[in-house]
Amino acid sequence: MSTTAEQATFDTLEADEVLLEARGVTMRFGGLVAVDGVDLTVRAGEIVGLIGPNGAGKTTFFNCLTGLYKPTSGVVSFAGRPLRPRPRAVVRAGMARTFQNIRLFQNMTALENVMVGRYCRTSAGPLTSIVRGPKFRREEAETRARAQELLEFVGMPDVADTLARNLPYGDQRRLEVARALATDPQLLLLDEPTAGMNPQETRQAEVLIQRIRQTGLAVVVIEHDMRFIFNLCDRVLCLVRGSVLVEGTPEEVQSDPRVIEAYIGTSADEPDETGSTPEDGAPRA
Amino acid sequence: MDPAYFFQQLVNGLTLGSLFALIAVGYTVVYGIIQLINFAHGEIFMVGAFGALGTWIILGRAEITAWWMLPVMLVGAVGVSVLTALLMERFAYRPLRRAPRLAPLITAIGISVFLQEFVRLFYGPIPNGLQRLVFGDDIPFEFPDAKAAPRFPSIEGVSGGSFVIGGVTLQYAAIFTVVALVLCWIGLYFFVNRTRVGRAMQATAQDPDTARLMGIDVDRIIMVAFAVGAALAAVAGIAHGLQYTNIEFRMGFLAGLKAFTAAVLGGIGNINGAVVGGLVLGLVEVMATAFIPGTFGGSAWKDVWAFALLILVLVFRPQGLLGARVVDRA
Repeated sequence: MSTTAEQATFDTLEADEVLLEARGVTMRFGGLVAVDGVDLTVRAGEIVGLIGPNGAGKTTFFNCLTGLYKPTSGVVSFAGRPLRPRPRAVVRAGMARTFQNIRLFQNMTALENVMVGRYCRTSAGPLTSIVRGPKFRREEAETRARAQELLEFVGMPDVADTLARNLPYGDQRRLEVARALATDPQLLLLDEPTAGMNPQETRQAEVLIQRIRQTGLAVVVIEHDMRFIFNLCDRVLCLVRGSVLVEGTPEEVQSDPRVIEAYIGTSADEPDETGSTPEDGAPRA
Repeated sequence: MDPAYFFQQLVNGLTLGSLFALIAVGYTVVYGIIQLINFAHGEIFMVGAFGALGTWIILGRAEITAWWMLPVMLVGAVGVSVLTALLMERFAYRPLRRAPRLAPLITAIGISVFLQEFVRLFYGPIPNGLQRLVFGDDIPFEFPDAKAAPRFPSIEGVSGGSFVIGGVTLQYAAIFTVVALVLCWIGLYFFVNRTRVGRAMQATAQDPDTARLMGIDVDRIIMVAFAVGAALAAVAGIAHGLQYTNIEFRMGFLAGLKAFTAAVLGGIGNINGAVVGGLVLGLVEVMATAFIPGTFGGSAWKDVWAFALLILVLVFRPQGLLGARVVDRA
């Protein structure tokens, strides 16, 4: 029921319709303001990059958007409707995410991980499951088929029965993407999708995100790999100490002296480094 | 040694172990999801037995002993146990979800006493205020006194019956217990591994925050965990009644403690561990009683051996025989 409703919303969205609108999102922990009045607008089909030195509040901002944190103040709306800061409401509305430090269900197989992602789009309750009625069996078969399809989409068709914890690192990252896609999102939030990857794996991740966009999804991506960000994104925001310092096209942000300063620091310890530090992310601030 | 005697003890041990295992699953499932030791779970087992008795008195008019009364009693027992467990979760444990660990532990003791006293008062002598509250002034049923260890309904073809193979006596009630465990175990395996809600349970046990982000209602999953444990405890309550013919309002205490021991023995949080732990504990208890000679032998010492085993396992293999599937979250 909700699937068809979501589908209907999705179909009526124009290419440049506003999907996510966050206004003045602020997150305070005691005296520390981790996120300070951040505005973010994401349109359907857009790829937006979120950069900034470590501790700038990027992940905290994601946590606010996805309801893991309840923002101290600020409003988030999705597809025109206000969004309560509750993970279940967020995922049902059509937003999914991955984590900086991979958070798979380690003791479940790859396929089962993706099948858990289908939870919010299926409805068989405990009693239906015990009786094993036709509805349960149909839904279970559909869930399994869709999960396998998604594993193939992210390029790992043969690992369905492998436990998540036994997968190589790069595959674990891709599995997290498949699991997020299983929730039928319209917007995907990726938190450092290439952290710890070698250049070849990074390139594969880039291709994967492009393909995700081609299926009509919008993507917000946190990344330290500047070349990755600038290849991929339509728009980039640079977050420093909880606020948006610069927002613009990749070119604008890349050449903005304030961004360079934020990354390098005013003391200019590393004068020759600019915004592009492709290997292992930005200098640690 | 007489081999028939040994096999008889083996059968007795497996029967007792099946009873422990059915209860132990409840401890382990709830612990796996919210890391709570629900020490009131033994009372859920007791409430299940009395629920079956009550169903028989109300629906069976305290006289029907045909075989089909057994499934009717099963439904009644499971219903009463599950309802009790859900109310307990909702009103006693949920408000303490974020409290220090000592709070729910003390609450569990309170719930235990409450449930014991509730059953004692409900099945008390007439005139009984609680019964009047439920059934009105003209009570059409006669409930036995819980303090006098009431007789459990005896079902034709199950209670008391037995047959002998090669010198080993197999009681029908014992077969009922073992078969019930096997069926519940298989059912639980399919439920946890092959259904949407079961996978959500696993996901919640491993990472509740991420589970929420998959749209899983963690409160609901916790309720399912309590309900599953209560249903199996109710089955154990009936098995106990059929086997020992009398039930008693205090029987949940020691049974619960033993089942908890079984859950820890197998690795708490691990369903297969609870079953294996239950069977091992039952076997050890029965074998120790039967084969240890002299002063330390005999049934007076059976609880000592059961808990000595627990201490040994905790010292040498604290994670339990099968190892807990505890989540290693940061």
